[in-house]
Amino acid sequence: MIQMPVTETQPRPLDHPASEPIVNDFSIVAATVNGSGSQTANNVLMRAIFKMGVPVSGKNLFPSNIQGLPTWFTIRVSKDGYTARRETTEILIAFNQRTADEDLASLVPGGVCIHPNDLKFTNPRSDVHFYAIPVRDLVKQSGVDAKLRDYIANMVYVGALAELLGIDMNEIKAALERHFKGKPKPVSLNYGVIVAAAEWVRANLPKTDPFRVSPMDKTQGLILVDGNTAAAFGALMGGMTVCAWYPITPSTSLIDAMTELAPILRADPETNTTTYAIVQTEDEIAAAGIIVGAGWAGARAMTATSGPGLSLMNEFVSLAYFAEVPCVIWDVQRMGPSTGLPTRTSQGDVLSAYYMGHGDTHHVILFPGNMTECFEFGYLAFDLAERLQTPVLVLSDLDLGMNNWMSEPFSYPDRPLDRGKVLSADELEQFKDWGRYKDIDGDGIPYRTLPGNPNPRAAYLARGTGHNEFALYSERPEDWQKNLDRLTRKHHTARSIVPKPVVQEAEEATIGIIAYGSTDSAVREACDGLRAHGIMASYLRIRALPLESTLTDFLAKYERVYIVELNQDGQMAQLVQLHAPEAAARIRSVHICNGLPMSAQFVIESIVRAEHSVA
Amino acid sequence: MTIETKTNGKPNVNRIGLTSQDYRGRETTLCQGCGHNSITSQIIAAAFELSLAPHQVIKMSGIGCSSKTPAYFMSRSHGFNTLHGRMPSVTTGAVLANRTLLAIGISGDGDTGSIGLGQFKHMIRRNVPVVYIVENNGVYGLTKGQFSATADVGQTLKYAGTNVLPPIDICIEALAAECGFVARSFAGDAKQVRELLKAAMSFHGTAVIDIISPCVTFNNHHDSTKSYDYGKAHEERLQDIQFIPRFEEVHVEYEEGGERYVQLHDGPLIKLRKLGRDYDPTNRWQAIELLERARQNHEFITGLLYINTGRQTLHEVMHLTDTPLAYLPEEQLRPSRERFAQAMREFL
Repeated sequence: MIQMPVTETQPRPLDHPASEPIVNDFSIVAATVNGSGSQTANNVLMRAIFKMGVPVSGKNLFPSNIQGLPTWFTIRVSKDGYTARRETTEILIAFNQRTADEDLASLVPGGVCIHPNDLKFTNPRSDVHFYAIPVRDLVKQSGVDAKLRDYIANMVYVGALAELLGIDMNEIKAALERHFKGKPKPVSLNYGVIVAAAEWVRANLPKTDPFRVSPMDKTQGLILVDGNTAAAFGALMGGMTVCAWYPITPSTSLIDAMTELAPILRADPETNTTTYAIVQTEDEIAAAGIIVGAGWAGARAMTATSGPGLSLMNEFVSLAYFAEVPCVIWDVQRMGPSTGLPTRTSQGDVLSAYYMGHGDTHHVILFPGNMTECFEFGYLAFDLAERLQTPVLVLSDLDLGMNNWMSEPFSYPDRPLDRGKVLSADELEQFKDWGRYKDIDGDGIPYRTLPGNPNPRAAYLARGTGHNEFALYSERPEDWQKNLDRLTRKHHTARSIVPKPVVQEAEEATIGIIAYGSTDSAVREACDGLRAHGIMASYLRIRALPLESTLTDFLAKYERVYIVELNQDGQMAQLVQLHAPEAAARIRSVHICNGLPMSAQFVIESIVRAEHSVA
Repeated sequence: MTIETKTNGKPNVNRIGLTSQDYRGRETTLCQGCGHNSITSQIIAAAFELSLAPHQVIKMSGIGCSSKTPAYFMSRSHGFNTLHGRMPSVTTGAVLANRTLLAIGISGDGDTGSIGLGQFKHMIRRNVPVVYIVENNGVYGLTKGQFSATADVGQTLKYAGTNVLPPIDICIEALAAECGFVARSFAGDAKQVRELLKAAMSFHGTAVIDIISPCVTFNNHHDSTKSYDYGKAHEERLQDIQFIPRFEEVHVEYEEGGERYVQLHDGPLIKLRKLGRDYDPTNRWQAIELLERARQNHEFITGLLYINTGRQTLHEVMHLTDTPLAYLPEEQLRPSRERFAQAMREFL
């Protein structure tokens, strides 16, 4: 047991004990320095609470920086299972001197501040429970190598929180073992510091705050996973064979996960060969070129990128649309325009992705809204791309892609791969007058052949230039118009086969809410919260473009429909208004574009304000 | 050398029973006399003589006059006329998807030397198996006569005026990127073009052939180094080149009587007979030096500049399975339930 005094110069704990305990319903923010290794500490805390059966979600607010700038990790503990970002913080781990004053100011009255005893506040608050911990001494006494002290210092707050909140130490140890893949040395080193910190707190600091973690049974059988990993897993289940990419935050970790999972899922250990190629390219243009070439030649090809990279792929997407080449692009959105906020989330690419290209182009877009959909759209995107012979863009975002979310375990795909209309040499024999771009079935989707097909009639020259049904160069106005009309027809076919919206109807609903992607958790929470304000809302979550009739039916039912999104211009609201002009005047855009994930509070306040102005 | 055999007035057929007609494409729409058309003819001849199976060939191109030519040969082969300067990446994707395909890429000096220089070099860096032909005329034809990056400094053109910038030498760029097969030729030298094409088509990795191919409309006046007159008057062949396919039994004597043989992957040989100067085409430094001196001295040297059969291709470094990825059955594309469950356990 280490005995150390609480320093007199520091703020003291509130001396009045809290009245009612607050159990499993608060947010913890760990304010640390980027690159200090706090991620391990945060993930261990989050996982330990999760394994106690208590719903959690984690949001990492990090800078575009390798080391030194401030970073905040929020763990929301929610007995009700809500996982969206909250606007308020109850527990602050103030481990970054540079942001300490600002961080303290953001705490709710009655909140908790855990901090190293040598950290200074300009204006210590009297309405906050302070716990000053001798971090430096605890780390020194752990005997850890001087080089590792900064990293291990974060374990002190894990121990302190475990003691103050009542987090199960066995779960902490299990989380450490998982993190360090069972390596005993780092586990015992880190766990030793955690235990020392917990013991010191128990011996020296009386608990004055009301916050507690108490075991529940709400996470039984669930997993914690990030959307990029889920997407990579899904893509590998979907037979991804060629992946070309260029590093860009926040999509890089999708490729990292792919690189890690691919050998487990798709390598042949006997021959030491692989059934996939993952190629890091010189830029996003080359990445797009590789997937277009591979898709044309019959591979299931994909890339993952973000806004600036997507811009570079523009010309290739236009080519693939017009030459009708299947390929999949994951756009893990971040904040633009330009370099923007590379480590902050956004839904700002909706319009540019939908209309990507020059001339009249419109694409199939998928919007995963949770981890299961990140996984399922991982393979569904290939099925749609090959069925429709066109690029499919999957718009995820940083919040879905890089943060950890609770999820049901993924299920094995329930349908075989859909390879679309590909003619073998023998099948081609049945087509007397086959033409690469001929609409035989009336759905706008032609039949294609792959290079290597030995039928002498199989070959064609794919091109971005004007062509007739037989893929021959043509500048004839009727050929051009006919081809574009067929592409429009194909887009209508897409409308009927993309994932339908998910609708949650509320009884006696007076308004509708529409959202998509990562804002789902905030909107579902807001629907519950609005009830307290006497507002009953039905909720429709868009999962794909082009838009379809479920949406139109939903719009027709409500006097006012609010479209919630994370961008400045209400991009989806614009698309919905174009899709359903008769409902346009009843559509209100609820948007925010500040780099943070959506919160239920923002949605509730925006809608309550708007509804009051109507009343 | 030709593999054609005349029998009883029947059409000439090659080893797989095809006539040279079977390797033809649609009628050219390029200008009459364009160097590119001669190269197209030699591609047809080389493919016929090598008995290439048309369905195992893909014809790739970027944008420009040169890039139109895949329509003019081998109609029984798939092809992709892609984006300006981006044919290397599309070709990389296509051959990753199907490693059994022979890719013939047609580019131009603008497509390779300007907009596509980055992709060109990275394709070579990866050693993507492709016959990469640059039909080099020093000028942008489709946009009516601007200088390209390979135009000579000081040269004048009707529309573009005087070129004030030094040229990019595509072969030097290829050598700097450690390309294993670098050659230069002249569209007016049909036999050399054909023999180099056959060697390149049998090469294991990226093979670059920079072919000076006069633009009769915009850049064929007698003082242009990219003109027919200049080429005919100044071409200096490094070697007399003969491609010997594997199916011909030859007795090989290395380095005898000024002759040298280079054995390619899978057996065929390139026979190089020394002409004017001593030259070792396996010495990359010598190749770069030769080209730099040629640039200084305004020499037009053609032939096989460099060959290195030792580099691994992209497929090899990636340990790709032998079956084309595009033709893998579902059992190999979708992991089994056991493997899925094994991976899923990691998340619990």
